[in-house]
Amino acid sequence: MSQSYNRGLVEDFGRWKEFSAGMWAWIFHKFTGWILIGYLFTHISVLSTSLGAAGNEAAIMSETDVYTTTLQGLESLFLIRLLEIGLLAVAVFHILNGLRLLMVDLGIGLEAQDKSFYASLILTGAITVASVPTFLTGVGL
Amino acid sequence: MSTQQAEPETQDAPDDPAMKGAESPAAEKQKGGDMVDERDESQAEFDGETVHIKVFRYDPEVEAKQEPRFDDFHVPFEKGMTVLDSVMYARDEFDSSLTFRHSCRQAVCGSDAFFVNGKQRLGCKTQISDLEQPIRIEPLPHQEVVKDLVVDMDHFYDQMHAVEPYFKSEDTPDASELEEQRQSRENREKVKMSTRCIWCASCMSSCNIAAGDNEYLGPAAINKAYKFAMDDREEEDIKEHRLRILEQEHGVWRCQTQFSCTEVCPKDIPLTEHIQELKREAVKKNLKFW
Repeated sequence: MSQSYNRGLVEDFGRWKEFSAGMWAWIFHKFTGWILIGYLFTHISVLSTSLGAAGNEAAIMSETDVYTTTLQGLESLFLIRLLEIGLLAVAVFHILNGLRLLMVDLGIGLEAQDKSFYASLILTGAITVASVPTFLTGVGL
Repeated sequence: MSTQQAEPETQDAPDDPAMKGAESPAAEKQKGGDMVDERDESQAEFDGETVHIKVFRYDPEVEAKQEPRFDDFHVPFEKGMTVLDSVMYARDEFDSSLTFRHSCRQAVCGSDAFFVNGKQRLGCKTQISDLEQPIRIEPLPHQEVVKDLVVDMDHFYDQMHAVEPYFKSEDTPDASELEEQRQSRENREKVKMSTRCIWCASCMSSCNIAAGDNEYLGPAAINKAYKFAMDDREEEDIKEHRLRILEQEHGVWRCQTQFSCTEVCPKDIPLTEHIQELKREAVKKNLKFW
């Protein structure tokens, strides 16, 4: 047969409604992993550029140094508080699913891999909801 | 069984390619309208239950069929009917050009793996009554379609052969002695599930990694390698050789434990479990404590 038909990407992401638990776990793990890496670099750049007052005791004591004002400025933004909740959710899922993958690598409980994925989703949701009061107190609304 | 079940597209589906041209795709729209009437009519005449299947059609050799499309068939339902039964009925009664592979019809030959309602399944092992209608029947994804439901299996077979899927032992007894090389019961139990593979390629088709990496051995080939790597009767250096094949870049380490293969395997082989065990074996072999 000289010709054949290639169905392209429709086979992959076009089928998202048909993905199984293990597939979703894989996608979420990659996705949260990239977010955490992105956050890590943002975190490093924000903190490393706010260290101008290092050694200036007086500024630090009076809370007018760059570091304090930067962080207070960020924490007063509602959007930042929301992003923090999102970051927590992402990190918790990545940790829980990471534990799941560790078990999978050790060959423990492979029959229950879908249940452990759902469990990590539910636990992530619960922890995220429980964290909302902590993250949203004192935000200037 | 009534032959008046035929859909319009099948009634005017002669084997002459030129006339096929008239059938699609221009006639497609018009057909849609006709179809409803036709169906009502045929259902009036056949008052049994029918099954609505949508079958992927593609034929590169007929110009008008080079654009892939779905054909609808309404086949009479019988208790215990499988997906394979339904496409066979459609081929025998409605459209003889409908092409698919099948042979034993009892989940042994592994030739009728289709993509049914979004999942790789064996046509002969899938009950119609378990599926939501209309039943969408497509060729296996991630394999080139040759015609209709027939996919190119060459790459899959290449991967299967790449793991040297045959028993090798250095001290094979002399043929004149006719001595058996017995496997212990425990060892047989260990490889039992892996021996069930029927080479249907469902796992390979479901694997997202195999789709993006043509060199990846794939679940079926690794499972085949597992059967021999775990066989006690092969000597240690043969096992080493097998693990060397498996631990290459496109071997066991490509598996990302999505469990897609394990989910679709019609023979319930714990593929991911076997791949994971080989990963551990590969690590153990390379760990040195000096």
